[in-house]
Formats: sequence, structure tokens, C-alpha cells
Amino acid sequence: MSIDQSTAAKVAKLARIKVEDDALPALADEFNNILGFIEQLNEVDVSGVEPMTSVTPQRLKRRVDEVTDGGQQPKVLANAPDAREGFFAVPKVVE
Amino acid sequence: MSDLNKLGLAEARDALRKGDTTSVELTEACLKAIDAADALNAFVHKTPEVAMERAKAADERIKAGDAPSMCGLPVGIKDLFCTKGVASQAASGILEGFKPEYESTVSQKLADAGSVMLGKLNMDEFAMGSSNETSVYGNAVSPWRRDGDEAQITPGGSSGGSAAAVAADLCLAATGTDTGGSIRQPAAFTGTVGIKPTYGRCSRWGIVAFASSLDQAGPMTKSVRDAAIMLEAMCGHDPKDSTSAELAVPDFEAMLTGDIKGKKIGIPKEYRMDGMPEEISKLWADGAEMLKAAGAEIVDISLPHTKYALPAYYVIAPAEASSNLARYDGVRYGHRAALEAGDGITEMYEKTRAEGFGSEVQRRVMIGTYVLSAGFYDAYYNRARRVRTLIKKDFEDVFAAGVDAILTPATPSAAFGLGEMTEADPVQMYLNDVFTVTVNLAGLPGVAVPAGLDKQGLPLGLQLIGKPWEEGDLLNTAYALENAAGFVAKPQQWW
Repeated sequence: MSIDQSTAAKVAKLARIKVEDDALPALADEFNNILGFIEQLNEVDVSGVEPMTSVTPQRLKRRVDEVTDGGQQPKVLANAPDAREGFFAVPKVVE
Repeated sequence: MSDLNKLGLAEARDALRKGDTTSVELTEACLKAIDAADALNAFVHKTPEVAMERAKAADERIKAGDAPSMCGLPVGIKDLFCTKGVASQAASGILEGFKPEYESTVSQKLADAGSVMLGKLNMDEFAMGSSNETSVYGNAVSPWRRDGDEAQITPGGSSGGSAAAVAADLCLAATGTDTGGSIRQPAAFTGTVGIKPTYGRCSRWGIVAFASSLDQAGPMTKSVRDAAIMLEAMCGHDPKDSTSAELAVPDFEAMLTGDIKGKKIGIPKEYRMDGMPEEISKLWADGAEMLKAAGAEIVDISLPHTKYALPAYYVIAPAEASSNLARYDGVRYGHRAALEAGDGITEMYEKTRAEGFGSEVQRRVMIGTYVLSAGFYDAYYNRARRVRTLIKKDFEDVFAAGVDAILTPATPSAAFGLGEMTEADPVQMYLNDVFTVTVNLAGLPGVAVPAGLDKQGLPLGLQLIGKPWEEGDLLNTAYALENAAGFVAKPQQWW
């Protein structure tokens, strides 16, 4: 499996990381190098083997569906780069 | 008493209880050592006010006869742990200025046990790295140097600042976290002890997430006894982490008898790598001899899927990281890029993440995005999770056959020089974790114990791997190995 520049650009877009066009060839090379290493997994016979979901066999615990926390608006907003009138502020999303 | 910062946890605890010293004196000695060690770049956010306040409170408690297990003992906290009101950046530019409104469960438990926080410790960005060279704060530097050479050496990673600080006696002990070897590799590189407990022993709540199915916190200390004391203070069930185990935490220190007669120690043949340095093979053989001399039975074992652990890890860890790191979007905390006229929310995300994440983090987030993307999910991610099942089964089979613990080298070499791996491709750096990463994939406890020096005078460590939830037994075997190896070397102070 070889990654070309347009695939590298697509992955960067999906990851929401801006990559300049002139950096794409090197990025594609790096991907190919790492994926080449990962390809070794194809040597393993995994037929009939379940994919691991939890390393310790356990059922996720359930709790009563009730409010246990809240009312912490100032704390939630305290680290925001831009917060106004009790909300997170972002660039215009809808025209 | 002089050189109080050079004490371990157990010695300092006993001195405090006897009234030979005070927490304020211990803390002042550490703060002085920290200020004199800026060349190591280990402490990246110093908290002397918090430290002195907690030290005074600890002295009051000791005087009142109400001293919990780590009362008055000064420790460092890895920057990955959220600490209330104190910068917690995971060594990333994207969390610049972030001061959590809450405290991680593990650091809270350590505070409840009476310990004194000296500050936050350097690390690889988001714990992604094996040399502490991906940190936004710059490299942490090992206190160790090669004989007759002034080149700077890596303390390992990702818990490089923790390892450097403990080895240089800037603190009595430190917290680390381990996703693929990030406690055990730096411990081995700096002649210190580091244990990654069983997955689920320590709560992950409030620790900046890298790969949630692999991440575990653990102590980095000057001795196995100290590791037992600190691990006990860090462990325990936490309803805020759904993978936290509801199991009682034993008195680990009381389990250190040094008696390992009749224990079966496995030596896995797959860990004998091609091109393994002679010094590492010898150290490993010597370690096995020491355990045998202490009464253990040494048996050859096979863990057939070992070779596939690193490739599986480099699918699973980046996949989980790409998901976990999606939260850094420039909206809720940390850095937001300056925008140009006309930039919308997508440009804000893309510019913020390009500026805020370093190159290794970007690489892993994108690899993770790729292996999870439509069309590749089955071929990469699901296949890796199947291989992970097989790796865990390798260990289960060995333990079912009666093996109590497994002995391996901790790292494939001694520490390398900072900058020496810059030209190597990322995969070369990943190979540092070849002996440690299997343990994370299988969720097992693993401990690195210093066992010798290489011919250039740098520390080498051995790793012991234990059964799930049997950290006490594992630490006891580590204690026997520590006693037999008699490692006492310390770095000569040049900083």
C-alpha cells in the first residue's frame, strides 16, 4: 500500500492539520515508511481471532442515570481562548 | 542531616518519623537542588509555594501523630498530570497557558498521602517519544555522561524529566506514565526504578490521554522499596475512570521479603534479538544467574508473537491518539491560531493544530487518522487488535504453565546522545520500546531495575514482567534482583 501526495493531503484534511503543499512529498514518504513497518502484521494468521476491546475482561460499569455534577460554567470557560457572555466564541459557522 | 535531597522515600520517611529532620528541611533541600539544575531542564514548572505550604502542613501532621504513608515526602509530577491551578501542558504548545480547574486522581491521592509537590516535569509531547526530544520545553538532559565525554545524553522518554530529576536527586521520587515503555525505558537509561502497574490499577482520570487502552501511571524512584511505597499511594479504584479496577490495594512494601525460593522465572527466546549488544546479552544472563542464586528456577519460554508487538502498537496507539487529540481544537483551552480575514472554523482548527502540535504528534495523529479511515479500518486497525489478542494469549499461556515472572532486558541499548537519532527515521526511534511495548499491549505489570553499567559508564536495566494484579509479587522479585545486582552508581555532578 503506497501513499501518494493526494492521499497524504486527504489524511491531513481529515485530521484537521494544515500541511503546506511543499511539505506533502516528505509527509507521504514518512507515511510509507511507517506503513511499511506496520505491513508486517499481514504475516500473522488472525483467522478466528477476536479483536481486543478490553485488555482486562470486564463489563463496563453502569450507574444510575441522574445528574451528579454541573453548574460550573465559569470553571468550564476559564481556559477558553475566547469566551463571551458565558459561551465559547468561535469564528462564524453558519452564513 | 546533610544532602537531604539524596534520600529515598523510605529513608526520608523513617527520618521524619524519628524526628531527625522535617518536611520543610527536605523540601528546601530539593528546591535548592532544583534551582541549581536548570541545565537538566527536568522541572519545567516549579511550584515552590505549593511545596512549602504542603511541607508545613505535613510537619504539623507528623507532630500530631497523624502521618499518612508519604507524609512530608517531596516528589515531582510529570507534566501529563492535571494539577489544579498549576500549568499542565503535556509538554505541548497546544496546551500553552492551560491551568486545570481540577486535580488528577493520582496526584490527588499522592497529596492525600501527604506528599509534597515540587513542580511539573519535562516529557515528550503528549508522551509520544523515547528521548524527551519532542517537548515544547526543549530536551530534558540526563545527569549521566559517558566516561570522559561531555556530550549530552538522553534521559529517555517519554518520562524523561521524571527520570532525570530522580537520578539527579532533585526530588525523592516522581510520577511517570507508560503507554509503550515511557516509565521503564527512562528508568533503565538513568539507573532508577520504574514500575508500570497492571492496566486498571491507577486511575487515568485527569491524566492527559494519549492511548487510553494502554496508558498507565506509575512511580519512578531510587529503589524498589520506594516504588512499593509510592505505587500503593497511587493505586486504587476510582469511579471517574470506567476501566479502574475495583480491587483492594495490598501493602506492597510488606511483601518485600526478598525470598523468591521456588519462583519460576521465564526467559523468552524471542527477546534475543539479532545484533543485540554483547553487554545487554551478558547483563540479561547475569540477571538470570542472580535470580537462580536467590533460589528461583530459570526456564526457557516462548512468546511467539513478540515480533508483531511494535507494528501492532504503531497502529493502535496512533489510532487512539488521533481520537483523543481531536479535543485540541482551539475552542475550549490552550492555543488558538491567529486567523486571517475570511477564515472560518475549519481554517481555525487546521491552523491551530498545525501550530500547536509538534511534528511527531502530527505524524502520529495522521497515521491514526489513516488507519481508522474508511477502507483501511479492517486492514489495519482491526487486524492490529486481533494481533493484540494473540500477544496477550502468549503471556497467558506462559503464566498458565506455571511461570511467575519473566526476565528481559529493559532496552536494546544504553542511553544514546541527544541529537544522535535526529537523522534516523521514526521507526528506528520506535525500536527503543521493543522489550517494553508487549507489556502494555497485554495490560501486565512490568518493572525496570538498574543492573549494571555499560563500558562507557552508562546505566543498563533489566525488566521483570508479572501476572495481572500481582505487583506485590513482582516487586518482591525485583527486590531480590536489586539486592543481588547491588547497583549503587550515581552520576557525577557536572550541572
